[in-house]
Amino acid sequence: MPSFSRAISLWRNFFHRQQIETELDEELRSHLELLTEHKVKEGMDSQEARRAAHIELGGVEQVKEEVRAVRAGVWLDTLLQDIHFAFRMLRKKPGFTVVAVITLALGIASTVAIFGFVDSALIRPLPYHNSSHLVAVGETDLRSSGKLVGYSYLNYLDVARANLSFAASAAYHGPATFALTYATGVHLVPAAVVTPSFFRTLGVTPILGKDFDPVPLSEDLQTIPATIILSYAAWQNWFAGRPDVLGKTVTFGVKRELYSVIGVLPRSFEFAPAGTPDFWTTLRPYAPSACYKSRGCETLGVVARLKDGVTLPQALSDVQAIAAQESRLYPDPDKYRGASILPLGQFIFGDIEPILLALLGAAALLLLISYVNVATLLLVRSQNRRHEFSVRRILGAGRARLTQQFVIEGFVVVALSTALGFAIAILARGLLLKLIPADMLDSMPYLRTEWHWHVAAFVAALVLIALILFAVTPALQLPLAGLRAGLASGATASTGTAWRSLGAQLVVIELATTMVLLTGAGLLGKSLYKLLHVDIGFTPSHLATLWMAARDLKYLQNDQDLALQREVVTRLQNLPGVRGVGVANDLPLGGDGGTQIGFVGRPALGFNNEVGHVQVGVGYLPALKARLLAGRDFNENDNMQAPLVAIINQTLARRYFANENPIGKQIFYHAHDISLEASQPPIQIVGVIADIKQNSLDESGRADLYTPFVQSPDSGFAVAVRTSQDAASVLPLLVSTLQKIDSTIVVVDATTMPEIIEHSWAAYMHRASAWLTGGFAALALLLSAVGQYGVIAYSVSRRTREIGVRMALGAQRKEVLRLVLGEGARLGLIGLSIGVVASLVATRWMSSLLFGVEPADPLTFVTVAALLSLIALLACYIPARRATRVDPIVALRYE
Amino acid sequence: MSPEQTNLLQGTLDLVILKALALEEMHGLGISRRIEQITKGTFQVKPGSLFPALHRMEEAGWLSSAWGESENNRRAKYYKLTKAGRQQLGAETKRWGRISLAIARALETS
Repeated sequence: MPSFSRAISLWRNFFHRQQIETELDEELRSHLELLTEHKVKEGMDSQEARRAAHIELGGVEQVKEEVRAVRAGVWLDTLLQDIHFAFRMLRKKPGFTVVAVITLALGIASTVAIFGFVDSALIRPLPYHNSSHLVAVGETDLRSSGKLVGYSYLNYLDVARANLSFAASAAYHGPATFALTYATGVHLVPAAVVTPSFFRTLGVTPILGKDFDPVPLSEDLQTIPATIILSYAAWQNWFAGRPDVLGKTVTFGVKRELYSVIGVLPRSFEFAPAGTPDFWTTLRPYAPSACYKSRGCETLGVVARLKDGVTLPQALSDVQAIAAQESRLYPDPDKYRGASILPLGQFIFGDIEPILLALLGAAALLLLISYVNVATLLLVRSQNRRHEFSVRRILGAGRARLTQQFVIEGFVVVALSTALGFAIAILARGLLLKLIPADMLDSMPYLRTEWHWHVAAFVAALVLIALILFAVTPALQLPLAGLRAGLASGATASTGTAWRSLGAQLVVIELATTMVLLTGAGLLGKSLYKLLHVDIGFTPSHLATLWMAARDLKYLQNDQDLALQREVVTRLQNLPGVRGVGVANDLPLGGDGGTQIGFVGRPALGFNNEVGHVQVGVGYLPALKARLLAGRDFNENDNMQAPLVAIINQTLARRYFANENPIGKQIFYHAHDISLEASQPPIQIVGVIADIKQNSLDESGRADLYTPFVQSPDSGFAVAVRTSQDAASVLPLLVSTLQKIDSTIVVVDATTMPEIIEHSWAAYMHRASAWLTGGFAALALLLSAVGQYGVIAYSVSRRTREIGVRMALGAQRKEVLRLVLGEGARLGLIGLSIGVVASLVATRWMSSLLFGVEPADPLTFVTVAALLSLIALLACYIPARRATRVDPIVALRYE
Repeated sequence: MSPEQTNLLQGTLDLVILKALALEEMHGLGISRRIEQITKGTFQVKPGSLFPALHRMEEAGWLSSAWGESENNRRAKYYKLTKAGRQQLGAETKRWGRISLAIARALETS
């Protein structure tokens, strides 16, 4: 059984190498002795016989090599030897090794960390059954771009009943906060509100208990059973993961009905559009809300599962036909109603996709630079080892063996870097997740998901690329052919030329890539600055804000909660350090409601003029330091009994009162029924204020209407407090004062306006992309400086003799300096030129990430080019100065 | 190398070594001398070919080796055929017979 015997040999060769080597040695020695004896017997004298025997044997070591080469597992043997040797070589050059490994590890770490996020958001399928069939359905306004807006409940019912394309559909309400009474008292909890078909549509089954009972679609939300499904986290946190949670009841919603727990969701379940809620319930809590009886109240997202074989365009024309029918049947408010469909993944990740891709691009460029940098280092080394390799070749090392040696050295560098890079990537992932505020992370739950095998595959691909690059590059350069040239290594001046041109090309690539990264970082940084310094229409510093709600039923009567508002304002007003207090139903940068308006004395525009709507109390606008441009502010006389008044913002004034003075003009809220239009009470415009950024820092030109605050009983209200000292220091006092008014008052989100701005989505996204790209660019700058320094320094060391000759012939130091700097400047110029062109192309792709900056912003380009030139010059100057110190005598003896 | 001395193809070398060892166990030098002798000096196996072949064939299970005493009381490694080696010799001999016959015929007919 030869194969069995070879297996045994493999074992022996590997584990008893010493013994086998000794035996081989002994065998050959005895052979030599026998041969000598033989020759003596044939009549030679012993001296001559020994010589002849040696000649016949042809070199003990060579024969040993031949024997070793046929042994079983010889490949394993040489592999281990080469790895061992590679480690020894790398240890001998710790500087090279550390720089190469760290450089590559940083490149790998940044790319892998970003790729992990890209994978969980953009590559992996959504965590739902057969998720490629899931779509987001939204209504659109035919007059504006096709941006998806929500569905009103009644319009959703039309789609759910009339569509031909969906196997299932469901509507959900965005992230909401509900008051929940359970054991320990009243809690405000994050909740999601969905139609009963929601989990069935996604194909998600509770791990405990059951799904919502299917009920027929009905306009009457009260027909839906009062049931709750818990998120896995809520099950653990609120009910300690007890299995007997099913059937427990909690008091939920404005009507304080008892809801019973019927199920628990899987731990891995997430649905980003609804945030990260603890409790999932059906639309029943919204039964009293007028919103659910109006087609104009578009609050619901819709998700649907396509029937097998139905394509996206087919489904699109289906829902568009339904929307067209609605606009015929209910021209008011649905006159301009359109509909659109997006794959669910695109709907969820559309916002973050450009940022993630830009970051991945930046990380990839950094990786490219680190690849190039390590390649440069390896080249320098391969050049320095010409002599060693020539000698080894002559001593009998095969060409394949030498190449393998190089491949192995590349492999060891790559393996070390990958291990280190992967570890850094894991740390970086944790760090990045910690840097994202918790509430923002709640809206992007997918970022929390663990790494997937995709990441491992990605790492493997990076390793493969690195291997090919680092193993092949120096191997190509191996002086295997020119043995004599390699041994006579005085001939460096000529052999260095080819190398210099390759090294120069690598430097040019590095510089150009760095330029692209720096430009991107510069543009993003400038965007961030512009964003944080944009005119938001009020003064954020020294402004404290909070949300409060009184849960005692007595406040549900209208005049009672007006009394509460007054009480709150008066109590807070009298606190030390408080300059002004106002209440509102929405805070700046916190969103606004929408309302449809009409204009008295103008032809009916129909129910299609939506403006933002914020209800504000007396003293609110002064507390914000909003700028009144014309007319007056609200005062105590603008009460329930007085004529209705409103303040508009500048954009509304410009849009609807282009050539007239809006003060004194009358508008009205549009009725849901067009016949009621004439009977709507008129509202007089009394003031115009500068635009306040009501939704986000980067919003532009939204028409907003401000009216005196008449609180709606099912929501709390926001309080804005202008302070004379640091706003954050006043917060505890504000909260305790409010709770002294009534113990059932719940205060949430007590914070300061600068905090809100700091943590707003727009600021966060701009900051994250600016800092991350900036970090990548800084690393790139460092790496390319190191790379350029390496190439120039190497070139100088190779030209030492030439420089010595020049100086001996009378060249001045200045000329030598110019010679070396000229070489660097040439590379720098080529690199920068390519970089500018590449940047112009690259930054065009990121225009959606920029705010208030053109992609080809000249100032950024000039600054970046100047910075890069300076660094490049510095990287050349150090070796250039060294060249001027060359002593002609020493230089001529060099080598 | 004289003109009659032919380069040994690997398969042929194996066959010749197996043949040389067919009668008795031998050490390396003995084997190369025996090969020279039985091929009437046509084949001279150099140590650089002989020892790798011996080790390879031993690993394949055709030969076994043991340390023994040479005729002049020197320690030497002796190789002998195993059962598998004997079978291999038979198979190789038949194969070689077929090939040489075929080649002889091919040369005659031309």
